[in-house]
Amino acid sequence: MLEPDGNGGLTSQPISTNGSPKIGVYVCHCGLNIAGKVDVKAVVEFASTLPNVAVARDYKFMCSDPGQELIEKDLREGLINRVVVASCSPLMHEATFRRATAVGGQSPFYFQMASIREQVSWVVADGEDATDKAKALVAGAVRRVALHEYLEPRRADVHADVMIVGGGIAGIHAALTMAEAGKHVFLVERESTIGGHMAKFDKTFPTLDCAACILTPKMSQVRSHPNITLWTYSDVVGVEGYTGDFTVRVRHRPRYVKEELCTGCLECIEKCIHKQGKFADEWNEGLSKRKPIYIPFPQATPAVVDVDPEACIWFKTGKCPRTCIEACERDAFDFEQTETFDEVKVGAIVLATGFKAFDAARMPEYGYGLYPNVYTSLEIERLLNAAGPTGGEVVLRDGSHPKVVGIIHCVGSRDAKHNLWCSKVCCMYSLKLAHMVKERTGAEVYNFYIDMRTPGKGYEEFYDKILKEGVHMVRGRVAGVTDEAASPEEEGRLVIRAEDTLIGSVRRIPVDLVILAVGIEPQPDAQDVRRTFNISTGVEGFFTERHPKLAPVSTFTDGVFLAGACQGPKDIPETVAQAGAAAAEALAMVDRGFVMLEANTAFIDEAACSGCKTCVGLCPFSAIGFDEERQKAAVNEVVCKGCGVCVGACPSGAAQQHLFTDAQIFAEIEGVLAYV
Amino acid sequence: MSEDTSRPFEPKIVAFFCNWCTYTAADLAGISRMQYAPNVRAIRLMCSGRVDPQFVLAAFHDGADGVLIGGCHPGDCHYQEGNHNARRRFELLRLMLRDMGIEDERVRLEWISAAEGDKVQRVCNEMTEQIRALGPLRLVTVPRWHAEEAPAEHVELVGQVTS
Repeated sequence: MLEPDGNGGLTSQPISTNGSPKIGVYVCHCGLNIAGKVDVKAVVEFASTLPNVAVARDYKFMCSDPGQELIEKDLREGLINRVVVASCSPLMHEATFRRATAVGGQSPFYFQMASIREQVSWVVADGEDATDKAKALVAGAVRRVALHEYLEPRRADVHADVMIVGGGIAGIHAALTMAEAGKHVFLVERESTIGGHMAKFDKTFPTLDCAACILTPKMSQVRSHPNITLWTYSDVVGVEGYTGDFTVRVRHRPRYVKEELCTGCLECIEKCIHKQGKFADEWNEGLSKRKPIYIPFPQATPAVVDVDPEACIWFKTGKCPRTCIEACERDAFDFEQTETFDEVKVGAIVLATGFKAFDAARMPEYGYGLYPNVYTSLEIERLLNAAGPTGGEVVLRDGSHPKVVGIIHCVGSRDAKHNLWCSKVCCMYSLKLAHMVKERTGAEVYNFYIDMRTPGKGYEEFYDKILKEGVHMVRGRVAGVTDEAASPEEEGRLVIRAEDTLIGSVRRIPVDLVILAVGIEPQPDAQDVRRTFNISTGVEGFFTERHPKLAPVSTFTDGVFLAGACQGPKDIPETVAQAGAAAAEALAMVDRGFVMLEANTAFIDEAACSGCKTCVGLCPFSAIGFDEERQKAAVNEVVCKGCGVCVGACPSGAAQQHLFTDAQIFAEIEGVLAYV
Repeated sequence: MSEDTSRPFEPKIVAFFCNWCTYTAADLAGISRMQYAPNVRAIRLMCSGRVDPQFVLAAFHDGADGVLIGGCHPGDCHYQEGNHNARRRFELLRLMLRDMGIEDERVRLEWISAAEGDKVQRVCNEMTEQIRALGPLRLVTVPRWHAEEAPAEHVELVGQVTS
């Protein structure tokens, strides 16, 4: 048996506790995924000639129960004591086969995987080349596994609290789900209120139920739930630790109002020295003006006013009678507030940071910002909203009602010049806007679309209903919007020039109002968030899930989960479903109370350590201490994350890494080169 | 290694890919069925910072014609800065390999993020082409001081190593 060496590691000599290596090699067909390209029988035959190989078999699906049973049986019968599976990527099934190895009665780490699907059959054109490469990878794994050592799986306690970043509908739903299950939730939102994009909408497709009516009760539930700590005006500035034990640093930006005292009576807004709103109201997409002290919308949660220091006279000049303070009966103002920080420990994190709407100004051909009556879909949502700047009326900038409205689909989406992806929600919300604009104004509505995409429960039926209402559908991409009239009826109006592929001609359609159906993009700071939480994004910038089908809410960083449009374009039902899934996955982790950690920590072979301290300074996690008296380095296994940087740098080979010792890697190098 | 003359020279390239970015990118290349040269044999490490210069030497010793190291982009390392360590070691190692007569094209360090399956494909293909053109690795056996060129080039290059 291995003896603890007093510095948290195990003695470094690869002493086998299970006798001389008897290796079982299992080559998976993966249906035809591997066997269609690689000559599986040839690989098995080759493997059986390799040193220490006692058994070599192939099977249709190694990951299936009978496949795993093959391994377990050979182990139990003592035919083998180490396992190599040549199949898919270890990122896919390493855990599965380690489990089978453990079930067979060996340490799960007497296992090595050779990826002959992702690395071979799926990427190599020629069958003979593929078979050769598969053999080489199998040989590498066989050589290496012979040197694997006995290791115990590491177990770590999981902190029971959870954190959710982003308070849109995804974050809200995930927070409530976990809070209801009895977990304490920290919900961090950077805006002054939760609600996200959904709170800005008037109605939701295809049921046309009012967004506020379904969302605001959930918002107030969040506010009042004893298990939820809601932090608005806050952002995560640092994450340390690992799955089950994250330390998250949260910054609270000043709102100059004490949240716990403000009752949301709004008296101060009334009494502000500014008699009229003067500053663009972000909540209404700049379509109205607000005062320096304001509340984004009546049901904002928390119902606390914000002070905008960029606009407030007191902040700008220091000269203001501060009538707001006088008006406040609770003495809730605190103009001296500064940034504060909190540090909390959580077991799991759900990212629900949402999306950004495509900036329509990036497509100047559609005239956004040039022609006042070209609006984005979000602006129209605010105009349609009864709590919006016009009380729900769709009006032109001069206050008159439009008679003809054009809705341009796919703005920024499905466009090689901008975003290649389909934003998924625009067809449906454009139909919704068409219906609502027609209903409120009686205008003729034209939709300009490339393809209508309406998959979803009740979606196609909704499309059908809108068609029957007499909304005009023009199939073709819009070339541009112009105010240059080519005929008397175009005078003073906007003209949409588009190809109509159904009648095979180019059309000019004069309208009064243009709505740009802007697409969904990653948040502009998605890359910063990615770095903070140590996850990855795709090329387009949405966060990458662990597996597109089987782990759609997990990430490659254990304990960090995804919900909503930060992972890709989604509508509300999908977002809520995913938020529930993320909550369930996080719950499964924190509720169990512990996680199993990788065994790949570093350790120091004291006999070889010269005390040079090279490793001490290199460790990014300060996991290596130094015993001055004995002049030896020592790894703190709990803090070590298993990168192996110290091992690569150690001049005497004293620093080693479990599962990645120098000897094991040298053996693997030799293996992949020696035979084929 | 005995040379097989029946088949034209096909370089063998050993790759060390970090678990989080480049190995995942290679998986993505697989999932996306991007075909590339079969010459690259990837060894998975947790971090490019684990790459001991001896691994590269061992690969050449054991018959590799090229070595590719793949890590996360600077700033994206799963372990904060392991890739920076990899880079520093790589630059030093390169000087040593030059002195041994090993061409620059035979060792390559690439930052490949988990999203860049196409980059795995491109880099593997490029490297295979370049090394195929160079021919098999033949370590210089003539002592360095017998060569005609001035042996001083690494002196100026040392300045570039620190970063």
